Amino acid sequence: MSEELSFEKSRAGYDGPRLPAPGVPGLSPEQGLPEKLLRACPPRLPRLSEPEVMRHFSRLASMNYSISENFYPLGSCTMKYNPVANEVAAGLSGFAELHPYQPEETVQGALELMWLLGRALCEIVGVDRVSLQPAAGAHGEWTALRMIQAYHQHRGESRTEVLVPDSAHGTNPASAALCGFKVVEVRSGTDGRISLNDLQAKLSANTAALMLTNPNTLGLFEREILEVAAIVHTSGAKLYYDGANLNALMGICRPGDMGFDAVHVNLHKTFTTPHGGGGPGAGPVGVKADLEPFLPRPLIAERDGAFRWDDDRPLSIGRVRSYYGNFGMLVRAYTYIVAMGGDGLRQASLDAVLAANYLRERLVGTLDLPQNGPCQHEFVASARNLGPQGIRALDIAKGLLQRGYYAPTIYFPLIVPEAIMIEPTETESKATLDGFVTALEDIVRMAREDPDRLHHEPDNLPVGRLDEVAAARNPVLRWVPDPDLERSRVGEVVAGASAFGIGSE
Amino acid sequence: MLETLGVDSMDRLLVDIPAQLRTSGLSLAPGLSEPETMREIRRLAVANQVFEDRLTFRGGGVYRRFIPSAVGAVISKPEFYTAYTPYQPEASQGWLQSIFEYQTAIAELCGLDVANASLYDGATALAEAAMMAVVQTGRHEILVAGYIHPEYLEVLNCFAQGRGFAVQHHSAAGEGAASPGRVAVSSGTAAVIFQQPNFLGLLEDAPALVELAHSAGALAIACVDPISLAVLAAPGEYGADIAVGEGQQLGLQPSYGGPHVGFIACRGELMRRLPGRLVGEAHDDQGRRGYVLTLTAREQHIRRDKASSNICTNHALCALAATVYLTYMGPPGLRSIAETSFRRAHALAADLACLPGIQAAFPGHLFFNEVPMVVPDSAAVLDRLQRRGILGGLPVGRWFPELENVLIFCCTELNDPDSIGELVEAVK
Repeated sequence: MSEELSFEKSRAGYDGPRLPAPGVPGLSPEQGLPEKLLRACPPRLPRLSEPEVMRHFSRLASMNYSISENFYPLGSCTMKYNPVANEVAAGLSGFAELHPYQPEETVQGALELMWLLGRALCEIVGVDRVSLQPAAGAHGEWTALRMIQAYHQHRGESRTEVLVPDSAHGTNPASAALCGFKVVEVRSGTDGRISLNDLQAKLSANTAALMLTNPNTLGLFEREILEVAAIVHTSGAKLYYDGANLNALMGICRPGDMGFDAVHVNLHKTFTTPHGGGGPGAGPVGVKADLEPFLPRPLIAERDGAFRWDDDRPLSIGRVRSYYGNFGMLVRAYTYIVAMGGDGLRQASLDAVLAANYLRERLVGTLDLPQNGPCQHEFVASARNLGPQGIRALDIAKGLLQRGYYAPTIYFPLIVPEAIMIEPTETESKATLDGFVTALEDIVRMAREDPDRLHHEPDNLPVGRLDEVAAARNPVLRWVPDPDLERSRVGEVVAGASAFGIGSE
Repeated sequence: MLETLGVDSMDRLLVDIPAQLRTSGLSLAPGLSEPETMREIRRLAVANQVFEDRLTFRGGGVYRRFIPSAVGAVISKPEFYTAYTPYQPEASQGWLQSIFEYQTAIAELCGLDVANASLYDGATALAEAAMMAVVQTGRHEILVAGYIHPEYLEVLNCFAQGRGFAVQHHSAAGEGAASPGRVAVSSGTAAVIFQQPNFLGLLEDAPALVELAHSAGALAIACVDPISLAVLAAPGEYGADIAVGEGQQLGLQPSYGGPHVGFIACRGELMRRLPGRLVGEAHDDQGRRGYVLTLTAREQHIRRDKASSNICTNHALCALAATVYLTYMGPPGLRSIAETSFRRAHALAADLACLPGIQAAFPGHLFFNEVPMVVPDSAAVLDRLQRRGILGGLPVGRWFPELENVLIFCCTELNDPDSIGELVEAVK
């Protein structure tokens, strides 16, 4: 099964949808503007009718895997089911049709929703105030580090280093570097948790912050978190919480109580806003009182039930994006929180921990499980026990695709060889988890009996394993028209050379 | 499940959490049924005033435009909106191909070689472009020429202060558009940034600004309006190295400012400096064509602190909306929308200028579909309009003191001739 590109299906002569005529007197752009400001060659976009458009994208949709269809065990991604009511809520005209520059008195409901969401997030993570501006988790990380940077600068301190554990998400060091910080790696101990000794050794008067997620990326709770916080704070540095793994903790314990000073939250993980094939998400950031002056502006202020934007915040790092955040995602997350309530959120986290432990226990004897003891919401397995058969984590992943499941996160965290990181979430039933175990058992059996066959999976999807190395060596990042075909098109000029330069790089 | 685990309570699974950190629950209201939940959500939705699209004459970066029903139908398919980032290409060809088509459409629109898979919004796209220029040239100063979106400038400053490069703003206060002769480029200039049309809606001399940048060995970054590119010269046509912009107009609702989508396109030589995801063509061992995430050696999950950006989650679903929009509209549809917007804005400006005390803020300056007009008392005018359900032009005095009584009026294909008549009548 394959689908031509829309550009290849395009047919000359089709004029697009019927659209309103101008209906006013006056000049056309060609009559009213000088030639040097006008476009010479029209963009070569497809020309397709509505039924052709719908069929094209419907066929593409059928070539995807989605959480609405089946289990998505991606570790650290918290692919839980996305309630449909969230979508209905965000689509209400009272939200979707609001212009960002409407007067405040005409958007009181929107401001109240954002206020209430901010307060709920403060309660869940244990901080004093939240900014809803950041558009994604990495954006939230960067925002928090910018605040920490501004905080130290305001105190007249030049702290140029950020500590990041070797098990951290890749966005952590990347966000720190984007703030101009030098990234210093802290080693994990043999039990998979941060090494207090190495932390002590790496901390200095130059340390601005330690970035940590808890539970960490191995799915283990950092038992010594209070000691970590004390050590970091004694040195004058701040403790930053990467909220990617918050789904383990709601109503059980709070990052703020552990000593974290700044926390980002992924609404598209813990709070069920859909991942959209790679966004949009939302990455609100919450802070303790001493970082509050540095939050992005504007913030919502409330007085006697009336809401307004407070832009008068002289120490603020400024804006981190245009307008106020991914408002449509905030509506979805708030809808979820209202529906779940405090009791439901706690139960969700308990169920997520239970599901992960159950799945982990069921996989004993099938995959190598490097860490002992209970995990939190996720765990890391390894394919290294299948090394002698020439089977790698990638092969396990592809075998799962063959059997109708998405693959776990593989080769992460970096400190576990042949890592297979699994996060089941609370929205999967025992039957689903059992089915997944059966599939993994089948794959491991094949790995032992007929590894070559496994190397050639999947063979039941639109394409087999694609040559990613060749794709990166000779990148083709866009369609370019066939020059002969292009000449035959009516009324369109053959494009300049610029469109043809890519394939040769 | 507990039985399988051989434990009698959840507490046994939470032993690693120190007792003093454990809480008994959250101080939040208990959960609600779906009808009860929706009642609370609707209470908040109806507390907002929605201005009719045809009576919205306000833009400033977010616009009311016709959204073909096909766009909503595609992006509400769960196979698209509940999928993850397409890490496993064999099970994600629909997403990967649609992103490849998006990259092509944006590159075409900008007249440049290559575009990425999307960024958060126009403001962060501009900041990412500036950082590309800093890395590419090894220089540490960005020049911003003329009236650019004030929030974009603020975001650019926020990134610059973190990353450690300077932003010099050559405002065009009192002049409307930038004068290339007065923008002081130097051997330290990494890039010259301008917006076309600028934040006031006026057209900049883009070719001259690009030439100015290149004369100093700097890159030229154009921040553009995607609909205008059906009519106005494409950044690639006047030699810009990088084009960025906000894609909300390509099939997305205003949604009080987000989520929308930032786009970025550049010349081929800059391809490996691009932030975020890129999708490329690949083949399997049977020679079948497919698509994969590619050039990932630029990205955070591989390069960590050496990555070209920290972008992980981007705005794929919004980019899909833009792809469906551009696919359906095609060149003639896009051209029609652009021309209608242009002509109606010019008709509106002419009608308003006939009213006593109202005139163009910058007479003689060219514009596309937004026009700055001076009115006697902007607050009173907007009040009058609001009472008739009209969202009038954008007041810009709060950002630009020199434009105290200036309103930027915007027209799109949704502001029909009758609505323009209603606006003019209400302003009187």
